[in-house]
Amino acid sequence: MDGLHDMGGKQGWGTVAVDPDEPVFATEWEGRAFAMGAMSGGLSGTNLDAFRHALERLHPMEYLIDGYYGRWLACAELLLVDSGIIPAGAVEARAQKLLGNDVDEPTEAVENKPQYERGGGGSLRQIDAAPGFAVGDKVRARDMHVSGHTRMPSYIRGRDGVVSAIRPAAVLPDATAHFTGEDAQHVYTVDFDSTTLWGPDAEPATLKIDLFESYMEAR
Amino acid sequence: MTANPLPENRAPAAIRTEALEAILTEKGLVNAGGIDGLINRFVNDVGPMNGARVVAKAWADPEFKERLMSDGTAAVGEFGFSGPQGEHIVVVENSDDTHNVVVCTLCSCYPWPLLGLPPNWYKDPAYRSRVVREPRKLLGEMGLDVAPEKDITVWDSSAENRYFVLPQRPAGTEDLDEEQLAALVTREAMVGVAVVQA
Repeated sequence: MDGLHDMGGKQGWGTVAVDPDEPVFATEWEGRAFAMGAMSGGLSGTNLDAFRHALERLHPMEYLIDGYYGRWLACAELLLVDSGIIPAGAVEARAQKLLGNDVDEPTEAVENKPQYERGGGGSLRQIDAAPGFAVGDKVRARDMHVSGHTRMPSYIRGRDGVVSAIRPAAVLPDATAHFTGEDAQHVYTVDFDSTTLWGPDAEPATLKIDLFESYMEAR
Repeated sequence: MTANPLPENRAPAAIRTEALEAILTEKGLVNAGGIDGLINRFVNDVGPMNGARVVAKAWADPEFKERLMSDGTAAVGEFGFSGPQGEHIVVVENSDDTHNVVVCTLCSCYPWPLLGLPPNWYKDPAYRSRVVREPRKLLGEMGLDVAPEKDITVWDSSAENRYFVLPQRPAGTEDLDEEQLAALVTREAMVGVAVVQA
């Protein structure tokens, strides 16, 4: 989906500095939010792609306001509410209680985990179909406008590149994030020249981006 | 100004985290020990020290380096480095001609078994947005001036392949053993926003 998360090439974010001594978690809650985020896929009966899509579904202010692990906390809650493991509003209500406020906590949720088949653990799959593209092929990233989850960054849509590697086939996140199947496909690394993405005055560079076969067309 | 969609006086993230843990604990779905164990793993057991050992061995052992470049997943598996976010490791080598740098513009994909959890700068919108558009300028701001004669290659981790940069071995390290070499290798060098210095 076209959201804040799709940051490649966007402008106005300022600069960034390296702190070689930063701790893994700046505060205790960040570690606990990370852990529950990591567990939330299993607890909600969803998957990694659904978690990434949950990140995209957060309102932009929610995405930013509590930083990276704030997002993980919000996504854990979102997936657990979606699957009926906890009721909507339960986390905030309990938090207000912990703060000493007198609030009603919502009643029990009705479990509603997604029903879908997985073809194995992880994301990589063996598939019978031969790769549709070969190294050296000239390809175009399809001009796709996907309202759900996708792993094609918007900055390459409609742009021309060249296949530089064939990677292991993998489940299509556009499908698994929505529990509609796996649609495992070949994955390719496609090279884009910076000038095809950012115009003739772009800094010289090669962008290498991994694309699922259905994201690509021959040219 | 857009309306704030979040509840007025929303509890701070620390308290909401405590609330979620309490609710899940009451349901028997998590326990403090399990959460502590996961935190402990990524604070103490998995981190850039893993990747640094791989780099040092690649510098010291040409046969290992050959295996590493041809099948990164299997080669790092020789150290026992595997697991989530490490299903397919691809090692890319910096040289006199090419400087490689890795990003995930869509989220924060990162080779956990080799580097642990990503640092703040890797997750920062400034890094995610700019390194694909003006890498040389951004790397300069981050303290790395890439030599003008080097080409820059940017890897956007948009699928399940996890890219790991093999930095160049600095001059003057011929007498160091693997452990001493590993001590020189920084997280930043293994993502491509720094080089290794002797």
